[in-house]
Amino acid sequence: MEVEARAESMNTNTVMCLLTDPEGTPLGSSMYIPQSAGPLQLQELVNKLLNNEEKLPYAFYIEDKELVVQLETYLEKNKVSVEKSLRIIYQPQAIFRIRPVNRCSSTIAGHTEAVLTVAFSPDGRNLASGSGDTTVRLWDLNTQTPLFTCTGHKNWVLCIAWSPDGKTLISGSKAGELLCWDPQTGKQSGNPLTGHKKWITGISWEPVHLKSPCRRFVSSSKDGDARIWDVSLKKCVICLTGHTLAVTCVKWGGDGLIYTSSQDCTIKVWESSQGKLIRELKGHGHWVNSLALSTEYVLRTGAFDHTGKQFSSPEEMKHAALERYNKMRGNAPERLVSGSDDFTMFLWEPNVSKHPKARLTGHQQLVNHVYFSPDGQWIASASFDKSVKLWNGATGKFVAAFRGHVGPVYQISWSADSRLLLSGSKDSTLKVWDIHKQKLKQDLPGHEDEVFAVDWSPDGEKVASGGRDRVLKLWMN
Amino acid sequence: MPQGDHIELHQKRHGYRLDHFERKRKREAREVHKRSAMAKKALGIKGKMFAKKRYAEKALMKKTIAMHEESSTRRKVDDKVHEGAVPAYLLDRESTTRAKVLSNTIKQKRKEKAGKWEVPLPKVRPVAEDEMFRVIRTGKRKTKQWKRMVTKATFVGPSFTRKPPKYERFIRPSGLRFTKAHVTHPELKCTFNLEIIGVKKNPNGTMYTSLGVMTKGTIIEVNVSELGLVTPAGKVVWGKYAQVTNNPENDGCINAVLLV
Repeated sequence: MEVEARAESMNTNTVMCLLTDPEGTPLGSSMYIPQSAGPLQLQELVNKLLNNEEKLPYAFYIEDKELVVQLETYLEKNKVSVEKSLRIIYQPQAIFRIRPVNRCSSTIAGHTEAVLTVAFSPDGRNLASGSGDTTVRLWDLNTQTPLFTCTGHKNWVLCIAWSPDGKTLISGSKAGELLCWDPQTGKQSGNPLTGHKKWITGISWEPVHLKSPCRRFVSSSKDGDARIWDVSLKKCVICLTGHTLAVTCVKWGGDGLIYTSSQDCTIKVWESSQGKLIRELKGHGHWVNSLALSTEYVLRTGAFDHTGKQFSSPEEMKHAALERYNKMRGNAPERLVSGSDDFTMFLWEPNVSKHPKARLTGHQQLVNHVYFSPDGQWIASASFDKSVKLWNGATGKFVAAFRGHVGPVYQISWSADSRLLLSGSKDSTLKVWDIHKQKLKQDLPGHEDEVFAVDWSPDGEKVASGGRDRVLKLWMN
Repeated sequence: MPQGDHIELHQKRHGYRLDHFERKRKREAREVHKRSAMAKKALGIKGKMFAKKRYAEKALMKKTIAMHEESSTRRKVDDKVHEGAVPAYLLDRESTTRAKVLSNTIKQKRKEKAGKWEVPLPKVRPVAEDEMFRVIRTGKRKTKQWKRMVTKATFVGPSFTRKPPKYERFIRPSGLRFTKAHVTHPELKCTFNLEIIGVKKNPNGTMYTSLGVMTKGTIIEVNVSELGLVTPAGKVVWGKYAQVTNNPENDGCINAVLLV
């Protein structure tokens, strides 16, 4: 090879390297690379070896540490043996960059009680919020004004979820009923979906690459059941019973499996066509609070990506979504991470085994929210110990802790390019963290009370947050 | 080492007597007969006491039975919309209801400049100087009368050192010094024992403020860091103002209400 030839000519300053992808598959055989090479040269090399037509950005990691300097300085600093070949992991980065939000563009009043949940539609063009005043409100993002007020619930609106094709909005309330809304008109479509006996804790839609147009979704409730509903039939198709205590979180995986976490310390895996229990994942010592899938962001946004393309037919959308999903997932199985009241998290590969892949310890209080980065490379966890921690998404190794909040951290949200992380806390602030530098990027004060819900729009333009002070705030750059 | 557990020890080593449970059952069966005999026999105060005890026992028994019985009345489901909505992830948690309304720091600063607060006790009884101070006669013949002793509760900062007695015009008796106050949060309706940081304003005059005299209506600054209040910028609030609501010199403690 050309590189090797050059290396032989000046063999004083070379190091044997083995480039591998995040799953550990080597890229070619190990080769001599001049020590003066830095990330830029490595990037060129990887692009050439992979025969990429357009140059993609990559980040390089040696033993879970990012390589930011030249190899020479790295070797000196860390006293690496030159005898063995050096394993360098290359990670593809997003080809687009999202600018961090740094100002509050508008504060919209309207809700007369605390805002409990906010969600952007998968294409990032609509915004919905649910509140303790029993209404769901849709907001106009262009003029930043209220668009529709959807009344119909009998109690606090706890959960809202957009279908991955962006055509339906589901909201669940504390009274246990679910309502469907048409985001174009703000009208309720059909009767309430009743069946749950207690409040709704989570809603998750069937991925669009499995079925398009979107019809089915699953909801979890405090009464210990999860139910699969059909939007067009307006009824419950399957009831997933088995948990002995409240179900806290539900996720519909990309392979058609449904994951439910519960306060009975277990996670159950269900098959979605007949509702059979496939696996039971045990390990936690206390309530399981939150689940996250490595493919979650892709499943949420469906066919929509950063380019803002629109789709005319459901088949086209399904095809595009499947392509995106396969690209994101690669060859690796779907990973699941669960955060619990026992202060730990577990990383599972439910398709492979029922035993955890890794146990993620380090938090000193319960873990309230976990979230995989859109590229699946990182796991972020929000805890009541006032910190946000960052973990390696493939191995579960601890990477960094973000401290700065003075109250429990409630919710986190990733930017679409996986370079920024947003956290909302009880201390009434939002904070934006830089993953690359592992530092605080932006402090966003402005709320007058606890922040209950945050969401970063999939197109990266805006951030919405709501809290106990009853206003919805939009943040931009 | 206690010697009284030899029976338990023996039972642990060798097990129960073969007829142990039989005997126990019989003893328990005899108990009711014994009791009724006792009830018949007991006279006077003993009988009264026994009847009272037995009555209480029976009432308790009835209560417990009623508690375990299935209720036949249909109760209405509580489906009212409550105030203070919280998201699903906080619904099962024991919420310490802290209705913290954050005072805007700018507002507080502006008020501080004007020296005006909307306080729970807007008017206070003026305290005359001869009530506030007692004249102390000094000098060998006790003819000089320039020394004063404060007769009200005072706050003396931790860094205070006394002047030589010759120059000490005001004496603040250590028995009337306070470092802590019982501060009530008006919205939470709960009281905390908080450290005093300083006396912000005594309505009777600036001299009393500088002396640290705390009478009814005085604004004091207290250390609220353990309450965990937060400013809009996300910093922990350290000091907050409170108004004294009692007469500390009479009560021996300071009660105050937090100004929010």
